[in-house]
Amino acid sequence: MAKVVLERLRRKFGDAIVETSSELGDDCAVVAREKLGEVAEFLRDDRELAFDMPIDCTALDWFQKREVRFDVVWHLYSMTKKHRLRLKVRVAEDDPTVPSLTPVWRGMNWHERETWDMYGIRFTGHPDLKRILLYEEFVGHPLRKDYPIDRRQPLIPLRKVKDVPTAKNPPKSRLNQP
Amino acid sequence: MAADETTLLKSDVIVTRADAAEGWLREAIEKSPTTQQVVNWGRKYSLFGYPFVTACCGMEYMSAFSPRYDISRFGAEIPRFTPRQADLLWIVGTITHKQAPILRRVWEQMLEPKWAIAFGVCASTGGFYDNYSVAQGADQIIPIDIYIPGCPPRPEQVLDGLVMLQNKIQKEKGRMMV
Repeated sequence: MAKVVLERLRRKFGDAIVETSSELGDDCAVVAREKLGEVAEFLRDDRELAFDMPIDCTALDWFQKREVRFDVVWHLYSMTKKHRLRLKVRVAEDDPTVPSLTPVWRGMNWHERETWDMYGIRFTGHPDLKRILLYEEFVGHPLRKDYPIDRRQPLIPLRKVKDVPTAKNPPKSRLNQP
Repeated sequence: MAADETTLLKSDVIVTRADAAEGWLREAIEKSPTTQQVVNWGRKYSLFGYPFVTACCGMEYMSAFSPRYDISRFGAEIPRFTPRQADLLWIVGTITHKQAPILRRVWEQMLEPKWAIAFGVCASTGGFYDNYSVAQGADQIIPIDIYIPGCPPRPEQVLDGLVMLQNKIQKEKGRMMV
């Protein structure tokens, strides 16, 4: 069952399928960015594949570990055929843009907004691409690996709190006292 | 400590019944410091809590308020779902920077005298959410009287925290009328 999906994709699109893998029963296809829309529509409309359920959209950040920085990942499921597929598109840091799959599956809307919010991937053709979890005043995209781990962006000025235990100023434990 | 009618009538101006009551109270305190203690005693056993529940600690909040642990033994069993009718703010769960302005506003809408309890380690210090989105303790937003640690705290801890707050209220001075 598992190989049917990838086989059919390769036969239909040829070079547009950059890479496929099938590990531990998980099918994965890396697709060329220009052909993504066509591939998605084929996956949805083809009678053998019939991917009718959008599961998830997210991204991977290979900061300083790979030439092409981001993977954008979509997970799909077919309720009639009971099979799954993972679609990936590789995008570079200077142009993190991919076609949106929201026109193909309406359920991708919020997933793609979250991916924009957290990774700053721009989805062209998305009907309402704005932040979904964080506030509009937030600057940057926090799940990128180059987002500083200790940067805070409060909306209102914070109170000064005395005696905040930190790593340099550990709390005095009653147990350790003589 | 009872102020008789004649002293009330002797004072210069009585505008409303509330003024009369305040005058009576001030006079009673001047005559006897035990009045303060009586008022504090009344306050500590009739806390009206506003549950500001944002996370999983809410389950333990419900547990502490349910018949098995029965917080009504301590006179704090009535939740008020408007801050204007509450004098105790239960901050139950993680406070994010997006949530902070709402928490500040709820606190400002409460009438004096008012107290706040940080329920659980997230509300106390941010817990293990040391990241871009979480305020490192609700005390960065509003002043907190009692911190109840635990992830989540057991109902016994909650009751212990409430009793600590009652002891604190009993010792208060000069907070009779605002």
